Amino acid sequence: MSTNNQFCTFYVDGLFFGVDVLRVQEVIRFQEMTRVPLASPVVSGLINLRGQIVTAIDLRRRLVLTERPADQLPMNVVVRTDDGAVSLLVDDIGDVLEVDESTYERPPETLTGAARQIVRGVYKLKDRLLLIIDTDQTVDLHEKTSAGLTKVA
Amino acid sequence: MAINETLQQELVKDLLLESHEGLDRFDRELLALEQGQTGPDSMNNIFRVIHTLKGTAGCLGLGHIEHTAHVGEDLLSLLRDGKLHSTPEMITTLLALSDALRGMLRTLEATGTDGTSDHSALLAKLVQLQVAPAIAAAPAPVEKPVFGLFDDDEPVVAVLAVAPEVAGAVVMTAPASVQASSDAPTPTTLHAAPPVSASASVEVAGKSSVADNAIRVDISQLDKVMNLVGELVLARNQIVANTTQFDQAALMTAAQRLNIITTELQESVMKTRMQPIGNVWGKFPRIVRDVSHELNKKVRLVMAGQTTELDRTIIEAIKDPLTHIVRNSIDHGIESPAKRLSVGKAEEGLLSLRAYHEGGQVNIEIMDDGGGINLDRVKAKAVAQHLITAEQSARLTEREALNLIFLPGLSTADKITNVSGRGVGMDVVKTNIEKIGGSIDLQSQPGQGTTLKIKIPLTLAIIPALIVTSGGDRYAIPQVSLLELVRLEGTQARKGIEQLYGAAVYRLRGHLLPLAYLNQQFKVKAGVPKNAAQAMDDVINIIVLQADGRPFGLVVDEINDTEEIVVKPLGKQLKGISSFAGATIMGDGRVALILDVVGLAQHANVVTETRDRPVIDTKARAQSDADQRQTLLLFSVGKDRRMAIPLALAARLEEFPVSRVERTGATEVVQYRGQILPLIRVADHVAGRVTPDEPSDILQVVVYAEQGRSYGLVVSQINDIVNESVTIKRASASQGILGSAVVQDRVTDLLDVPGLVRAAEAHASLAA
Repeated sequence: MSTNNQFCTFYVDGLFFGVDVLRVQEVIRFQEMTRVPLASPVVSGLINLRGQIVTAIDLRRRLVLTERPADQLPMNVVVRTDDGAVSLLVDDIGDVLEVDESTYERPPETLTGAARQIVRGVYKLKDRLLLIIDTDQTVDLHEKTSAGLTKVA
Repeated sequence: MAINETLQQELVKDLLLESHEGLDRFDRELLALEQGQTGPDSMNNIFRVIHTLKGTAGCLGLGHIEHTAHVGEDLLSLLRDGKLHSTPEMITTLLALSDALRGMLRTLEATGTDGTSDHSALLAKLVQLQVAPAIAAAPAPVEKPVFGLFDDDEPVVAVLAVAPEVAGAVVMTAPASVQASSDAPTPTTLHAAPPVSASASVEVAGKSSVADNAIRVDISQLDKVMNLVGELVLARNQIVANTTQFDQAALMTAAQRLNIITTELQESVMKTRMQPIGNVWGKFPRIVRDVSHELNKKVRLVMAGQTTELDRTIIEAIKDPLTHIVRNSIDHGIESPAKRLSVGKAEEGLLSLRAYHEGGQVNIEIMDDGGGINLDRVKAKAVAQHLITAEQSARLTEREALNLIFLPGLSTADKITNVSGRGVGMDVVKTNIEKIGGSIDLQSQPGQGTTLKIKIPLTLAIIPALIVTSGGDRYAIPQVSLLELVRLEGTQARKGIEQLYGAAVYRLRGHLLPLAYLNQQFKVKAGVPKNAAQAMDDVINIIVLQADGRPFGLVVDEINDTEEIVVKPLGKQLKGISSFAGATIMGDGRVALILDVVGLAQHANVVTETRDRPVIDTKARAQSDADQRQTLLLFSVGKDRRMAIPLALAARLEEFPVSRVERTGATEVVQYRGQILPLIRVADHVAGRVTPDEPSDILQVVVYAEQGRSYGLVVSQINDIVNESVTIKRASASQGILGSAVVQDRVTDLLDVPGLVRAAEAHASLAA
């Protein structure tokens, strides 16, 4: 685990999340997307990032939160992964925060489901909790396909 | 030490790179020499290759290579000095020397040492050849490199030394006098020799060849530059589009210049990846010589269009197929000199290679004036090897019969030779060429010769594709799999498509063409037709595609255009979807998916090996989510339970006799299409009481596939397929059941198939 304490923060469905700032390639406004039929519902579509084709993953769906209202355009947090860049769709972008390591805690045992897989830990900030997500886990949709099928039935 | 090792590795890498090139040049020059086509520098070039290799190998402590090269050099120095004249035997031995050196270089590349392979016979031969004339070579000075590791300019000095002598004026003893004589000739007498790494930069080139001005660049570096240029092009597009809004002359001019420069830059960068096909052909004179000698045939090789350029990746991909074809032409095509004379042909066979651009593709023709392909013999062989039946063979057209030679396992050679006849040839050639989107065509005139015509794309990264629209999205279909386009209008559109047991088919010139609707396959809504006229006319666009050798029709909303597209890979999140081959960026900057025709055909079940009872679920998948209409497969479990699953979940419906059921552990299985299909008796795993029904000899099975695994759900009876709007009461959710609904006036349980599979698996693992 990296010793870097700087996180790029963003909001998803009222929750405050952060990813390791070194994993973030860039943050961009909403981009036109091309939907991918037959793909997991978590995949919102493909965006053209300066000639590179990047898969966009809706964090609301990935974290099994409520759907984003239709009139609200998401932002793209483009993160680097072993398999090239992947965009995470978030509601709004926050600051880059430097946090105190002593405020870190592992996620509580009561956290279940998709969030359990993805949330790596929690920083107890003064006024709120910063949930740190693991980008590798987030972009790994292997487990999600069967959940997607269940939805169909 | 570590630094030295890295340096050593670097130097070895350089040695490998330049030596392979050098040895190719060595071969070429030797063959030219044999045919009397010598330039003033031929002998120097030949000598220099070996000399450099010897020197560098010596520096790097590769004694084996050094020694072998050294012996060769002794012979070459005599040749160069005119003390010996080349004989075919000598040429053969020298070619063997270059092979031996190549072998050692390969060993070096693989193991880091130059190995201990035994070439004593070759070395003895090389020594023996030196003594032909009386002038025994004074043991060539063993020139331990004195200027340390970086003696790259040594060969240059050698050239300086020997240059005048070719003109016949002076005879010099080579390397020993190098130091002294290096200032003797004037630079203007020099002809530039091909580059030997750094030496190229040292040479004062009078006439510089193309190679002299070249440097080595890592391909990945070039790819990076190309990607950056791609980004620049997109940025340029935006700038140019936006500057029109401003009324500023200076800005407009700048944008225009940017436009022009970017376009030129893009073209230039594309060109850097192109290589002349001559790079591959360069090896052929040697191959032709070797093979024809081996077979005692006389063959003249004529090449045209060596400068035709192709993308590097393609060059790599066609190298082996072309080599194979050339060998085949000499072995099977061209007859023995005696036979040729007897049928009134010139003793020497002709093999011609021709490459040229045509219609955005590169054509390569390999032509021989040999005996042609004996169709009867091919047919007979194919029948004898059980590749086709006798009846089939009788019905074959000439063209089809010719194409038999591309069948795996077919060889018409009566005996297996070193050269060919193992029956693993032309099919591999064909597959390799098709893999890169090319095609191969064969023409043969008995007694006159055979012509193979290969068509390959200029580059792999850019392919021609048909752009279609379905459900409002654009998709690109690679043109290689496209057969034809069919457009149905008016009555034809309303009546032309018939239903065959739930599967849509169209009669295309008397044959049934299975149809798949793209929007149904992709579960997207059909798009709104662009104009009213189309809506009135009921136009149906069918794209006839070929997948696994079978045609099928893909129905799309609109057919737009053909375009050259740049193929980009999809991320791993989407790798599992076999219907897509990649994605591309369209002119407007948006992304379009590229269809994988074979994957799509399998998804749509239009091409499957067994066509017994396929559930063509194209209808089933057309459901829009909005009105909750679903196509359900209704079946009964036990005597009294009625259940349903979305038809989309049923891959197939099958019947198995009870006798075919086998067991592994606690699980019942059947062998199904080469796999083991676990059976799940629905009655055993759903909540609630099931009244068992009478045992039957036939099991009704719904095949369900999930993540590449298939499961057979055993039910009592398949009842019906309905398209209904169902309201699920989720309250009753329990094991294996999602809920209940009223379907056709009867209460029906909706099966939770993934849940049921999990439950059954858990049960099986407990029992085991």
